[in-house]
Amino acid sequence: MRRALATLLVLLALAGAALAVTPSERLADPALEARAREISKGLRCLVCQNESIDDSNADLAHDVRVKLRERLLAGDSDAQAVQFIVDRYGDFVLLQPPMRPATYVLWFGPGAVLLLAAGGMAIAFRRRHATDDAVPPPLSDAERERLDRLMRETEG
Amino acid sequence: MIVEIGHFALILALVVAIVQAALPLAGAARGNVAWMEVGRSTALAQFLLMAIAMAALMHAYVTSDFTVVNVIENSHTDKPLLYKITGVWGNHEGSMLLWVFILSLCGAAVALFSNNLPPALRARVLAVQGMIGTGFLLFILLTSNPFLRELPPPLNGRGLNPVLQDPGLAFHPPFLYLGYVGFSVSFCFAVAALIEGRVDSAWARWVRPWTLASWCALTIGIAMGSWWAYYTLGWGGWWFWDPVENASFLPWLVGTALIHSAIVVEKRDTLKSWTVLLAIITFSLSLVGTFLVRSGVLTSVHAFAVDPARGSFILLLLLVAIGGSLALYAVRAPALKGGGLFAPVSREGALVLNNLLLSTGAATVFLGTLYPLFLDAVGGPKLSVGPPFYNKTFVPLMVPVLVAVAAGPLLAWKRGDLLGALQRLWAAFAAAVVVVLGALYVTSGGPVLAVLGLGLAAWTFVGVLAEWTERLKLFRIPARDSWRRARNLPRSAHGMTLAHLGLAISVAGIAASAFEVEHIDIVAPGGDLPLAGYTLHLDKVEKLQGANYVADDATITVKRGDAVIAVVHPQRRFFPLQQQTTSETAIRTNFLADLYIALGEPDQAGGWTIRAYWKPLVPWIWIGAVFMAFGGVVSLSDRRWRVGVASRLRAPAAQAAAGD
Repeated sequence: MRRALATLLVLLALAGAALAVTPSERLADPALEARAREISKGLRCLVCQNESIDDSNADLAHDVRVKLRERLLAGDSDAQAVQFIVDRYGDFVLLQPPMRPATYVLWFGPGAVLLLAAGGMAIAFRRRHATDDAVPPPLSDAERERLDRLMRETEG
Repeated sequence: MIVEIGHFALILALVVAIVQAALPLAGAARGNVAWMEVGRSTALAQFLLMAIAMAALMHAYVTSDFTVVNVIENSHTDKPLLYKITGVWGNHEGSMLLWVFILSLCGAAVALFSNNLPPALRARVLAVQGMIGTGFLLFILLTSNPFLRELPPPLNGRGLNPVLQDPGLAFHPPFLYLGYVGFSVSFCFAVAALIEGRVDSAWARWVRPWTLASWCALTIGIAMGSWWAYYTLGWGGWWFWDPVENASFLPWLVGTALIHSAIVVEKRDTLKSWTVLLAIITFSLSLVGTFLVRSGVLTSVHAFAVDPARGSFILLLLLVAIGGSLALYAVRAPALKGGGLFAPVSREGALVLNNLLLSTGAATVFLGTLYPLFLDAVGGPKLSVGPPFYNKTFVPLMVPVLVAVAAGPLLAWKRGDLLGALQRLWAAFAAAVVVVLGALYVTSGGPVLAVLGLGLAAWTFVGVLAEWTERLKLFRIPARDSWRRARNLPRSAHGMTLAHLGLAISVAGIAASAFEVEHIDIVAPGGDLPLAGYTLHLDKVEKLQGANYVADDATITVKRGDAVIAVVHPQRRFFPLQQQTTSETAIRTNFLADLYIALGEPDQAGGWTIRAYWKPLVPWIWIGAVFMAFGGVVSLSDRRWRVGVASRLRAPAAQAAAGD
């Protein structure tokens, strides 16, 4: 929450660097530029904390943005362009971790936690109802009288 | 001299904390009242000593005492007074001092406002508080002492990072720490209850106000941090799922679950051991957050290994506190007997669902934050876990939470009528449909998920209002009678309504951020930049001299057609001392949308890069957070929390209940 102070120290040490996407980087073809923007949002600026290259003002992010646009201009598909960047920087550059055995814990963990917790609760719930006296004892006459009185007061 | 007084006060505070940790606990075990009472006097003494230490460090900053290493590294004579003071916690050592100061503040508050607590429980709560204090004071004195001197002194200091010289960030840490550390009180109550082996509705009544107060502070702290990111970063991002952010979000999620499950303990005397566990986990996650931010483990697992003194110490504290309390829980929790039974469809059931989903959400964020660190530490591949991951895992978990927020309060305790509740939510359903269709029309089929998010927000908002109007029988009985009902309704009910409305408002703001319009271009002075029906006219860019910076100050006239809406001044500030540039964005809001304008680089031809955004509903994110925190405060003012008062005023309270 102190939003990546460390990051900012790094970023601002590169003071003078352009802020995020700059007009000079843009591609002339709007459709191609839109694709570049969309891909950029999923690629991490390597020297920042969880900031995409689209948002980052670090020099390295600028380089990757330019490289990405070069690939798109050269006719790469989105997947090919991303693969080009991943081949050079590794999976670390992907803000969405790829699905592979090392990340199964990450991707299936939340679902497993939900199932386990829900299952645990269901079992605890059943056990309680099985052991405890599920039907509470009926009201005594005195209790019923008091209840009636209270109900009348509420209505009144 | 004053610095030494502060230093001694800190050492004395450690000694006092050790006494506070040991004597009251022994007293409670043996039934020795005098020993138990030591808890209160030591808690107050510790607060006094920490206040002295805090004041001494502040004095060193304000007078620019450059014999103190901490002041050299983080201050400068040219710095404005406000930032000299707030600079005290703008660094590692000072922020740890603030952490322990707030801990002692909580301890003193428990000592002062606990006349109606059983003496043994109070003694144990304060003793556990003393243990935490001992650990962190040792940490400060052994690894992070802010009072170390350096002679001969340099002529001037190195200055505070310009990024931290901002009112939003200056007050962000105190609120965040009030939240983090405030949860220690709930933790102490939980541990004390485990030692005693007794949790009842009276216990829940004592714990809930402390939890609620901490939760409010944490809500405000997180909102301030995100708002700061929004106006500082120059493109309007406000949440990055960054580990440091997640570190504060985790205790918030579990703390939210805790305030809800404590209601069940209080009203229905059940879910006890779960609530105690949540109290332990909430503070444990605050400790994990402190560890993540303070150990340097986030910068790199390897940096942590190179200079391990601080990190290892906090890790050790973490293991002792979390391991110890969980071990105690494992031994004692089975003895906590559950009370009232309930059907799955009931108010209790809805609160259990809330707990299930919020805890799973917290587990998701926990995995996303710590699993990459773990993988890196064991030599696995380096991974990034960013927004796309959380959008696919965390966000779907929150959808049923929002659906349930509207329905839960309409269910009765023990056994609810889901169909009846849903029938009473017809207005909410209608509102959701109208909002979805309207948004689809306006955005011409825009991002579907964001449109559905808006619909969900409308459902929650109207659903919460429906429950509230139903309680007041608004529009069905004369307005005066509704007003009487509103006054007689417990404040906590109004608080709940406000907080839930706040949630809906925030969700609307978050969903609508997908509809933002961006225009970035190079504009020469005298030129125009169109944006979402507005025209931004760049009049001029001037050099301005600030206190410790030089600024490029742009004058931009915002027009709609020919009408001038506003004149704004985005700036780029250059701090020569640190050789850093910061961006002062100009934000023009009408509370429905923000115009967000940042000044970028100049080009060779005399033009300037202007980054302009139109961000619909974005201010609602923080307005909603303020509603949530305000709802918490309203709920805190409920007289039922003042346990002694409630019993003395039983007669009027009964009348109030009769009006329900």
